[in-house]
Amino acid sequence: MNAPADAISAAPAKPAQRAARDPVHWLLITVALLFAAVFLVLPLANVFAQALAAGFGPYWRALAEPDTLSAIRLTMIIAAVSVPLNAVFGVAASWAISKFEFRGKTFLLSLIDLPFSISPVVAGLLFVLLFGVNGLLGHWLEAHHVRILFALPGMVLATIFVTFPYVARELIPIMRTQGREQEEAALTLGASGWKTFWHVTLPSVKWGLFYGIVLCNARAMGEFGAVSVVSGHIAGQTDTLPLRVEKLYNEFDPVAPFAVATLLALLALATMLLKALLEWKTRHEP
Amino acid sequence: MTRLRAAAVRALPPSNPLPGFSITLGFTIIYLTVIVLVPIGALALKALGLSWKELWELGTNERAMAAYELSLGASLAAALINAAFGSLLAWVLARYSFPGRRLLDGLIDFPFALPTAVAGLTLASLFSDHGWLGQYLAPLGIKGAFSRLGVVIALTFVGLPFSVRTIQPEIESLDQDVQEAAKCLGAGRWRRFAKVTAPTLLPTVLTGFGLSFARALGEYGSIVFISGNLPFQTEIAPTLVVMRLDQFDYTGAISVALVLLIFSFALLLTLNTLQGWAARFNQP
Repeated sequence: MNAPADAISAAPAKPAQRAARDPVHWLLITVALLFAAVFLVLPLANVFAQALAAGFGPYWRALAEPDTLSAIRLTMIIAAVSVPLNAVFGVAASWAISKFEFRGKTFLLSLIDLPFSISPVVAGLLFVLLFGVNGLLGHWLEAHHVRILFALPGMVLATIFVTFPYVARELIPIMRTQGREQEEAALTLGASGWKTFWHVTLPSVKWGLFYGIVLCNARAMGEFGAVSVVSGHIAGQTDTLPLRVEKLYNEFDPVAPFAVATLLALLALATMLLKALLEWKTRHEP
Repeated sequence: MTRLRAAAVRALPPSNPLPGFSITLGFTIIYLTVIVLVPIGALALKALGLSWKELWELGTNERAMAAYELSLGASLAAALINAAFGSLLAWVLARYSFPGRRLLDGLIDFPFALPTAVAGLTLASLFSDHGWLGQYLAPLGIKGAFSRLGVVIALTFVGLPFSVRTIQPEIESLDQDVQEAAKCLGAGRWRRFAKVTAPTLLPTVLTGFGLSFARALGEYGSIVFISGNLPFQTEIAPTLVVMRLDQFDYTGAISVALVLLIFSFALLLTLNTLQGWAARFNQP
């Protein structure tokens, strides 16, 4: 299953050449732009407009609330743990899958794609059934005073489940098209396996890897469904930024949920900007 | 025996001198086992320990059926909208030059990069009775937020990039020679589109439709904000799972989750078949 993220590994878009003087062209362009205005531009603008509707004072106050600050911290901790793990997994899985032939590869690939097709809510439920009080490991965990569910470890695990495919999905097609001739040459010339990876493989996939990590990070920080199910919603303790948005929204606060949402919208904008930058880079340094 | 195996290994063509196979594959398998297989095993074990009768009853009772109906119906509507407007956007981006084209191209990824909670929040406010867009719908008696329409709007938003980004590369690589040939043979614009372009793009558009449908079916974050979550009216299946979990009704939650999983796998199978078809179809 292709995520739209795969676009960066595809051929760069060639500039449209045909001059659009034709009325039919203009009609199509206008309809497309109207649709984009309603579904893309207005939702983005609305986040900032609502957040700043009462001016900068309430905006800053909403962001400086202790519970919001702790949500920022928790979101960053979860990303700081899950993204590097998923990056290592992504590199290892793509190396094995794209450079070697083995039985069961298709099964492995579908397993990697699984989180794309499972509802995040169901993903969260899986961890509740494993670690919850009535879960498989619940009694053992309780007897040993280990808290996984409704605490940081459970939230990290749920985040990893939902976001681990992104780096692998980005790298596998790139590594596959590059084949293994260059690595074989380096090894023949006497380079060690690690050196070959570091100096031959990594430089040629670095932008893909970087984009995979950026995307994985965006999804990890923004994950809602899976994390919501395993978090327990303890204010100041297990609320991430998206969960904080929901809580403030349910309190009918007119400004605060949007103020917190601007942070996540800025994260999305930064992600899109990095994607554009990386596309430009891959086009200009082949 | 050992010698036999060694001979067999040596005979395997072509040998692969690259190192690190066992360690990377081993790590991959362990990681997937811990993160994916063990939790899924937990669901399977739990489900096996429950009474089938109760599972069936809770998975197919009136409230659950209403939730599936809305989930499937709204996802279908959103995927259809995305197939139409996604194709249009992809076409316009790939074929025409106009001011702001690059910006629009970048913006297509916005729903994918934006956390779904924020999507739900801003769409709910945009389409509520006093929102920028909702204020024009309210006098017409149309409720954009906290209604079934709101669910469709949110699902359209989250699925849009899946549709556009699937179709766009296909349009970019359309064979211009075939178009020229059709033109030389005297085919007009509409005839060229209907007889040459549309059939070529059909498998890809269907794949995009399937991807955005799959994305919509599992969506939860944005819906919580915009739908109002009223049982029998605006409650989708993933929301029902969460509602039942909140009431510690594990059997009820598992029953709906199993139905959702069946939907996902059926869809995944269909999509793989479709993508295979699209690949064969577009081979020169």
